[in-house]
Amino acid sequence: MSDIPTEVIETDVLILGGGMAGCGAAVEAAYWAKALGMRVTLVEKAAIDRSGPVAMGLSAINTYMGLDGKVTQNQSTPARYAEYVTNDQMGLARQDLVFDVGRHVDSSVKLFEKWGLPIWKDEAGNYKKSGEWQVMISGESYKIIVAEAAKNALGSLGDKGQLIERVYITHLLKDEKEPDRVCGAVGFSVREDKFYVFKGKVVICILGGAVHVFRPRSQGEGFGRSWMPPWLGGSTYALTLQAGGELTQMDVTFVPPRFKDSYGPVGTFFLLFKTPATNAYDEAYVGGYDSETSKWAPYAKAKPCPTPVRNYEMILCSKEGKTPFLMHTNRVVDRYKKEITDPKELKKKIREYESEAWEDFLDMTIAGATNWAAHNIDPLEKPMELQLSDSVFIGSHASSTGAWVCGAEDLMPAEYKDAFPVKYNLMTTVKGLFTSGCGVGACAHKFSSGSHAQGRICAKSAVRFANDNKDYTPTVSDATISKLKEIVFRPLSLFREKYAFTTSTDVNPNFISPNGFLFRLQKIMGEYAGGWETLYGTNDKMLEAAIWKLAFCGEDTEKIGAKNLHELMRAWEAIHRYWVGESCVRTRLARKESRWPGYYYKFDYLKLDEGQKHFVNVKYDADKKEWKVIERPMVPIV
Amino acid sequence: MRCLSLNLNLNLNLQFNERGCTQGPKEDQHVFAVQVIQALSILKTKEVLVMPSFVMTEKCDGCKGQDKTACMYICPNDLMALDKERMKAYNQEPMYCWECYCCVKICPQQAMDVRGYSDFMPLGAASTPLRGTEDIMWTITYRDGRIKRFKYPTRTTPEGSIKAEEGFPAAKAADLNNEFILGEPSIMGVTELSTIKK
Repeated sequence: MSDIPTEVIETDVLILGGGMAGCGAAVEAAYWAKALGMRVTLVEKAAIDRSGPVAMGLSAINTYMGLDGKVTQNQSTPARYAEYVTNDQMGLARQDLVFDVGRHVDSSVKLFEKWGLPIWKDEAGNYKKSGEWQVMISGESYKIIVAEAAKNALGSLGDKGQLIERVYITHLLKDEKEPDRVCGAVGFSVREDKFYVFKGKVVICILGGAVHVFRPRSQGEGFGRSWMPPWLGGSTYALTLQAGGELTQMDVTFVPPRFKDSYGPVGTFFLLFKTPATNAYDEAYVGGYDSETSKWAPYAKAKPCPTPVRNYEMILCSKEGKTPFLMHTNRVVDRYKKEITDPKELKKKIREYESEAWEDFLDMTIAGATNWAAHNIDPLEKPMELQLSDSVFIGSHASSTGAWVCGAEDLMPAEYKDAFPVKYNLMTTVKGLFTSGCGVGACAHKFSSGSHAQGRICAKSAVRFANDNKDYTPTVSDATISKLKEIVFRPLSLFREKYAFTTSTDVNPNFISPNGFLFRLQKIMGEYAGGWETLYGTNDKMLEAAIWKLAFCGEDTEKIGAKNLHELMRAWEAIHRYWVGESCVRTRLARKESRWPGYYYKFDYLKLDEGQKHFVNVKYDADKKEWKVIERPMVPIV
Repeated sequence: MRCLSLNLNLNLNLQFNERGCTQGPKEDQHVFAVQVIQALSILKTKEVLVMPSFVMTEKCDGCKGQDKTACMYICPNDLMALDKERMKAYNQEPMYCWECYCCVKICPQQAMDVRGYSDFMPLGAASTPLRGTEDIMWTITYRDGRIKRFKYPTRTTPEGSIKAEEGFPAAKAADLNNEFILGEPSIMGVTELSTIKK
């Protein structure tokens, strides 16, 4: 692969990933960089207009305080938000990080509106809230709008702003004079033969969460219909681990209860339309297993009931054989018929409900709409099935996977300070490496708006770090670069060297395809580590078996063959997913309780144990090839 | 699978014929035209790309010989590829399709659509977008032929007009050490940020 050209790009602020957090980071970094004459470079594996989980659009902004009081209901505060998130995550949250998101998130939402995002309002101009935190939007173009702002901001830096699309990042670079410091990244173009080396004073790694580590329920064409998009390969977690960074709560994956198969969203149906859901025998499963779920008190007793407990009710109901679950969208119409006597008003209300219900799907999960039509179901007339879906790694929803990061100076408890070599808000435990969005662990419920705001907080902090290290120049030897280049293109060279040995490129004893590798990973994770295959149950023996089998996967990461650049990307996604899987299994093994029973539970420790109310973190020592488990205390601030 | 798809399109064609192609609202005529073209293109071609997102052979012009098509540019999962011999785009890896419709919405020839995942969707339904600069119109075609239409706003400002920093004072290096980010605190309608007394 020595014929592939190498392009070296030197910058000051290097942003990896252009999703919601990445676009927020770009806007903010450009704003401050301009005052300081700094360079900002954003690298993305797709096109930022439609990249990340918001690519299709969204029908709601799920985190908004309404600090100015201009909301239809539920004006809230960062302190209340931190309390809510902590209880939803069964008592474990980095409240300093959550509070920080809460005090900034409104400013991102106000920017979205200024930029052109249609936000639903009442006649007085108040934002229409559909629950304690949700604001309704017409969000088909949400990502395009947010990306346009980021592009414009980078463009306003002239030569000093750069957007590079269709480049897949495989590794972070460590400084050779200062081995515990990150100073860049390498990757390859998925469109042309080109190897990229990026060097920067600071690196913001926000490449999103991970799906397809656990096996999706649909395995034909529907393989791609994971609830979160299939392009989330877990690079944030894998790269942070490999750079020596500490990850937290990698066991707390999210299992979204959704409309079955198509994974159409349920939030608006529950919160805005107050749609009843039942088991197959028309019994309410919500609140139907109090004697069992009360073992998860005090969290399970609080209002609203935590997401993992609500999920656990569905698991218990499934074990009783009372599925399918049904979302009775038709009963909303029945309720309107009782409540509204004026026929004209009733007709108007039903028409409004129909339009809003379809928009909820069409703005963000179009397959959900098509699935209604394919089954000849009119949601006004018939119910539709619900189901718990595939486990995903997402630090911004009702789950907590991500890096252990430094908090804001005025918020972070003193107990956390020792973990960080220098203290900058949203820096990981590795000097020079920052993250936000799904990259930040133990900081759930950021959603799209909170991720954008956190990307902005992170970028300002990173610019400050770069400014404090003005005279710093990365040191990376040519030998390191050529070694990495060989590793990055290894799947291509292996394929080219060996493919002619057999008559079919699909089966060869010298290599496996990226998909072949991924299916093996998914089978291990699903069957041993608490996937839907076991109704999300696992035990220490199963996890030990998973670790034994994952070790072979680890070795076989060097045996993946790729036919072309597209497959090379799939190969690296699969390798990054392997790292995510391993970190999850090791965390689940270390935790001897079932704190989030609806996300995963342990058959051998099927209980909540308040003696283990601490964070379980993992890190990897690349030189010794050793994993380490670290416990960090829960220190409340509100 | 291909046979079924062919029959389906012929059925749709028939239904629309019964309703009359030149009568009714303009939208009906548009949908009718789209369906007829779909059906004809399938009849004329031996190779039909049948998968979650698919390209209609007759309509795709490979974005007129540029090295990169609109669908290749936008697909978040790098699924779209261009067959340079035929000058037609195709989905190279349908099992990784999220059915996000980004390709369908951006295609300048309206040559793309989505056929729901075969794992769980009976054939015959479609959600067809027509995306403008400020709103999007959806035509939902049921398996049994029922049609529903919805229109939703998408943005309130002209495309390309966003200037992120407009209306805010330029950043000052001296402010790097405070907690305020772009536009704060005034944009939130407050005068200070909340904090915690330790």
